[in-house]
Amino acid sequence: MSDLVPFSDLLQFLVSGVTVGAVYALVALGFTIIYNASDVVNFAQGEFVMLGGMISVAAVSAGLPLPLAALIAIVITAAIGVALNTLAIEPARGAPVVSLIIITIGASIFIRGVTQIVFGKGTHRLPPFSGDAPLHLFGAAILPQSLWVVAGAVAIFVGLWLFFTRTLTGRAVLATSNNRLAAQLVGINTGFVMTLSFALSAGIGALAGVLITPITPTSFEVGITLALKGFAAAMLGGMGNPKGALAGGLLLGLLEALTAGYLSSHYKDAVAFFVILVVLFAFPRGLYGSNPTERV
Amino acid sequence: MSLLSVQGLGISFGGLSAVRDVSFAVNAGEIVSVIGPNGAGKTTLFNMISGVYLPKAGQVRLDGETVTGLRPDLLARRGLSRTFQNLQIFQQMSVLDNVVVGFHLHERGPVLSDLLGLPGARRRSRASTQGARELLERVGLARAAEREAGALSYGALKRLEIARALAVRPRVLLLDEPAAGCNAVETEEIDRLIAEVADSGVAILLVEHDMKLVMRLSHTIVVLDHGEKIAEGDPATVSRDPQVIEAYLGASAEVIDAHG
Repeated sequence: MSDLVPFSDLLQFLVSGVTVGAVYALVALGFTIIYNASDVVNFAQGEFVMLGGMISVAAVSAGLPLPLAALIAIVITAAIGVALNTLAIEPARGAPVVSLIIITIGASIFIRGVTQIVFGKGTHRLPPFSGDAPLHLFGAAILPQSLWVVAGAVAIFVGLWLFFTRTLTGRAVLATSNNRLAAQLVGINTGFVMTLSFALSAGIGALAGVLITPITPTSFEVGITLALKGFAAAMLGGMGNPKGALAGGLLLGLLEALTAGYLSSHYKDAVAFFVILVVLFAFPRGLYGSNPTERV
Repeated sequence: MSLLSVQGLGISFGGLSAVRDVSFAVNAGEIVSVIGPNGAGKTTLFNMISGVYLPKAGQVRLDGETVTGLRPDLLARRGLSRTFQNLQIFQQMSVLDNVVVGFHLHERGPVLSDLLGLPGARRRSRASTQGARELLERVGLARAAEREAGALSYGALKRLEIARALAVRPRVLLLDEPAAGCNAVETEEIDRLIAEVADSGVAILLVEHDMKLVMRLSHTIVVLDHGEKIAEGDPATVSRDPQVIEAYLGASAEVIDAHG
């Protein structure tokens, strides 16, 4: 055995950690966007990922080309996100945030049920976007699909960063999350900002689902785990901060992959959540959490 | 016709009447000040006019159109803008972006264009940034443009709020204690700025405790006490009104008269 073997192992674990982490980061980003616009932790976020996978699978098996299937999945899921806001969140406006969070849990159960009726209980997989012959790098095998996942996550984070910092609509969303009343006073329709946030979150979740389904098979119930992991990642990074979503997602993915690689895959969730508890013990607001200061 | 007119406006909280039957009007280019002791209902009046509170009685009209109880964003769309006594700032955004957001109404385009970063979106963003820098220059905050708003002093935030309110290009501007927390030089700048804005045809409604500023700027003064209007008129008349002197100005009436 040469010295390179342990290194190639490590590299292999890092690659799979970053891939899974990129998906967690996208789910966490979905949590972040809705949380910023409305203070609601949307536990239906995992269902958006599941829907992205399931709808694209259905569209592909109906004979549509993959890019079109992906687009359809994203658009339909975004529309479902908007419907969730319009039909369930908006009518409960003024209710305590806890009630709104419980509504999203109810919505996630509902979405799961309907998906089961429409698409069945089966497990499905999308074909990889560009073949499944792994690329070899320093002894580690990298699936082309992993590169798609990471590239997709990078594109979304960069695109959203540009949207929030360079466009008027983006800054209107930021302004609404900063101070709703002040946003209204400059003429921002904060109701529309909510709609937009749900559409964005759902669309991003669906994209994550499309990207990951060639690697991890999807079924009507994959959303629960994804929501839990994405929520943990968002908390780890600091709820409400996109940078935190990215950092938290990647960190969680790496923790899981390294634990699975060096200890046992039985412990990967336990170790990951243990580390999160420790981090939150030291930084209760997460790694990038802000300390809101009230001016008196 | 008056740009802003208020008729019989009233509200009560838990059975306690905070403002009762207040009426007045503000014309284009006119500065009307609302004065009165603390708790007289000045800010409550502002909150009703700007759609933050829903009045229980009375009407608010903008340029003849009844706008009573309309949402703040819809009022902004109709040309009404305001600042707050206790500041409503986007704390975690840069000073510049605070004002850029104010251009939202006039420069915004299709959302899809912004989402996809089309050239139109970039042009609109540039135009807003340019306009925001000019406004920051006007209120003397140009050098703080890139700082986080939450880091500014109270007086600077007051001026930032005025800049943001002007970005909405209001026809009616409500200023709640714009000079509070400002030093003498800053107060003079705000004084000049308010006069300039009024000269450009904006109707200004002002709440301010700095009596020198109020007496110098106002065309009309409305005096509130215990939520009711007890006097209205030009500064000279109001400061001589026996009821006003008794309710509010007290022994300092002569001092104010001398400054006025």
